[in-house]
Amino acid sequence: MHSDRAPLGLKIAAAAGLAFLHLPILLIFVYAFTTEEKSYQWPPPGLTLKWFAVTWNRPDVWQALMLSLKVASVATLVAMVLGTLCAAAVSRSKFFGRETVSLLVILPIALPGVVTGIALRSAFSLADVPFSTWTIVLGHATFCVVIVYNNAVARFRRTSGSLIEASMDLGATYFQTLRFVILPNIATALVVGGMLAFALSFDEVIVTTFTSGQQQTLPIWMLEELVRPRQRPVTNVVAMVVVLVTLLPILGAYYLTRGTDTVAGQGK
Amino acid sequence: MSTAAHSAAGGPLARLSDALWRSPRLLLAILLGPPLLWLGVIYLGSLFALLLQSFFSIDHFTGMVVREFTLRTYAELFTPANFDIIVRTVTMAACVTLASAIIGFPIAYYAARYARGRWRAAFYLGIMMPLWSSYLVKVYAWKLILAKEGILNWALDGIHLQWVLDAYLSLPVVGGNSLSVSPTGTFIVFVYVWMPFMILPMQAALERVPVSMLEASGDLGAQPGQTFRHVLFPLALPGVVAGSIFTFSLTLGDYIIPQIIGTSRLFIGQAVYQHQGVAGNIPLAAAFAVVPILIMGLYLWGAKRMGAFNAL
Repeated sequence: MHSDRAPLGLKIAAAAGLAFLHLPILLIFVYAFTTEEKSYQWPPPGLTLKWFAVTWNRPDVWQALMLSLKVASVATLVAMVLGTLCAAAVSRSKFFGRETVSLLVILPIALPGVVTGIALRSAFSLADVPFSTWTIVLGHATFCVVIVYNNAVARFRRTSGSLIEASMDLGATYFQTLRFVILPNIATALVVGGMLAFALSFDEVIVTTFTSGQQQTLPIWMLEELVRPRQRPVTNVVAMVVVLVTLLPILGAYYLTRGTDTVAGQGK
Repeated sequence: MSTAAHSAAGGPLARLSDALWRSPRLLLAILLGPPLLWLGVIYLGSLFALLLQSFFSIDHFTGMVVREFTLRTYAELFTPANFDIIVRTVTMAACVTLASAIIGFPIAYYAARYARGRWRAAFYLGIMMPLWSSYLVKVYAWKLILAKEGILNWALDGIHLQWVLDAYLSLPVVGGNSLSVSPTGTFIVFVYVWMPFMILPMQAALERVPVSMLEASGDLGAQPGQTFRHVLFPLALPGVVAGSIFTFSLTLGDYIIPQIIGTSRLFIGQAVYQHQGVAGNIPLAAAFAVVPILIMGLYLWGAKRMGAFNAL
């Protein structure tokens, strides 16, 4: 092999690009400790831990957090069931309209979020459906299906069909095959898909504003603060916690799929 | 064949299992039924409702939606004020896409060709973590950076370059009172938030470019620039187009970034949001929402012809 060294210019450009992607997020971590409460002053005049205690005692933050967790859990569950079923159908058999089915799954995420949002909103208004936790879940589950689907489809493709045939030839019923052969094979892909779907739902705001009515999920709470800042220090702390919470599923997904040919999380 | 399954157990489950074995179509129906019902009814149903609403109109005196077929709402899109919104949004989406490709390319290329072992993992997480970090937190971070008393002005003051920024902000079209209320500010945040979506497909496409091909080009006397123009870039183009689907679509539909960092001039997403919310004019909001669908439809059709879907 001859020169497999990157040119200096490329190194600098890549490093600068990565710095551009990461420095702003790191800034959040500093601001969570600042003593300044009226402005976004830099450098922080002093550092304190007191805002963590203040945030901890805020019922509105807790309420929003709980609603977000609830919505994300239910939406993830629905998405895992629907996404896996769909992936099994698309990867196991060829049928008329197969391409259309995969397009239909991808559509909610390929079209701008505002379209999905206003579409659901106008459907609710035409059908006189009142806003509730379930209207939020409905929207979230719809665009989370594709995340689980993508992960499951990739895994199904790598799982050899002869395994299933062997299991059936040896006398197992479909359900035994499902339980002892298929599920163990796709388990990590499902877990990864579920974690990513959870992270996506937990953070979603564009569709949610159209389907939530008066309820506040954590992202909606943050959005209010962004538009009309009232409690900057609390917002700083919440922002930092949100970064940490969403990173966990991503790191988890990465470690579970490390070393396989398709690593999770590509395409959100 | 299926006699083996018979002998395994009696009972309804086994009978169902046999039925599934005998008729793959039944199995397919069971697998596809729930997801198709969900997506077909809830999602396609909603899109249909949206389309339907866009053919209604609003009675400007009573503020009620008139449920009669009309093209009047679509005609409203072509009034100068509304058409401006569309042009502004598409221009922004194009600029953001271009900038993401330019800034992201070195990262994607380095990650695909040179990063090995630990560095590879580091690059992977380095792209994935900003991609999955909370969208609102990212926007918030930029609000902190661009604030008057924030880090950017502090840094510029420190190196006595404040006048450069001031000169730039005094320019028409791109400038404004400060970066956080200028189109340039909106642009920076858009690029920041959507760039990872461009990097991943580019990297996937670049990984498939054989190194030997680049070496052959160099051996045959091409300058690095020529190799890039005639070999590397054409081979990476499907990846760039695939990535641009995301950056373009995401920018077209966003209404939060321009609302928080930018001027009071609207983007399509904001127009949709305002018309359905405060104004209660769902037909016009729906008509506005159809615009990105049409644009993305055209875009996807073009991208498919360029083979971009193989790079996804």
